[in-house]
Amino acid sequence: MYDKNKILTGLAVFVVFMTYPFWNNIGSAAYKAPEVEKPKIAKDCVESVAYMRTEHMQMLNEWRDEVVRDGVHEYHSKANHKVYMKSLTKTCMNCHENKDQFCDKCHATVSVNPYCWDCHVDPKGEKK
Amino acid sequence: MNTMRRNFLKVAAVAALGWGVRPASKLFASGGAEPSEGVLFASRHTVHAGPNALKARRWAMVIDTTKLTKEVVEKVVQTCHAIHNVPSIPGNQNIKWIWETRMDHLFLEDFNEYQPADSAQTALALCNHCDNPPCVRVCPTKATFQREDGIVMMDFHRCIGCRYCMAGCPYGSRSFNFMDPRKHLAQTNADFPTRTKGVVEKCEFCAERLAEGKLPACVEVSEGAMVFGDLADPESEVRKLLAERFSIRRSPTLGTKPCVYYLV
Repeated sequence: MYDKNKILTGLAVFVVFMTYPFWNNIGSAAYKAPEVEKPKIAKDCVESVAYMRTEHMQMLNEWRDEVVRDGVHEYHSKANHKVYMKSLTKTCMNCHENKDQFCDKCHATVSVNPYCWDCHVDPKGEKK
Repeated sequence: MNTMRRNFLKVAAVAALGWGVRPASKLFASGGAEPSEGVLFASRHTVHAGPNALKARRWAMVIDTTKLTKEVVEKVVQTCHAIHNVPSIPGNQNIKWIWETRMDHLFLEDFNEYQPADSAQTALALCNHCDNPPCVRVCPTKATFQREDGIVMMDFHRCIGCRYCMAGCPYGSRSFNFMDPRKHLAQTNADFPTRTKGVVEKCEFCAERLAEGKLPACVEVSEGAMVFGDLADPESEVRKLLAERFSIRRSPTLGTKPCVYYLV
């Protein structure tokens, strides 16, 4: 084999780089979902907790399009068959009052940056 | 055998021709419920109306210029801009949804200088919610669209800030956010979003209030100087006013068919 040393060095460097995230994190604590603040004034959400946890972003996108473009403001819950108003600030934030203790907790931990609040006004957070 | 192939090719050629013409015929015919739609008019967006919503076939506004006192104008502009989080930015990058303008600036086509001394010198300008809105036709993302009830809506989420609509609108009804508007807002109304840098905005005939069964905010505080109603309903207040008094619209020869009428 020609250039045996160069190839082996290259391979070694490649393997070290590829596995860097794994051995760098050895010993550090496993990911834990952050504790978010539970609403005080409501028992259940518009849908089940598991559904909201995985689908809230799609749901908010659908609400946005349905309200702005089709004028459909009522949401019929599949979980408790109540009718809610499709509104981030008036419905979601009515119970989840504190954006810092609810939205931001998970979003900051998993390093996502939704731009909802570039325009929508956090009803309680403006006093800061 | 020969004749059969000949006939087959003829039929196939005619069919192909027909198929090729089909999309064009569709383009001319389709668009919506109204016959005036299709290729020459922008198609309209069906709107679901909730149980409490105010409904109309064609929303329109009538502004009585003789009743627009200084106080009314001030109150109208202030109320609208406060509830819709419209900032006041010094310089030429200001945002406006509704504003006061001289009559000869409003009516460019025929408004001579020899008006009665007691006639209105100024009036309010806002989005005309045209029947044939140029802004809707030029928007590349359909961020601005026309609802079935005539309201020309903005979907701020979808606006990419290309400003074609501002070039298309002959009334200057649209404003562009050159900077983050929040810095220039003394107070924010949490029930209505602010906008962000790079988005165009304008009056929406208070579509969010109509959905809750309320009249537009400007009409509510105008002390009767502004009237809002269904243009398709002969019994509506707007139709009665238009039947009684002489009314004009802004630049009607452009063919945009504005739906804000001014009583002079």
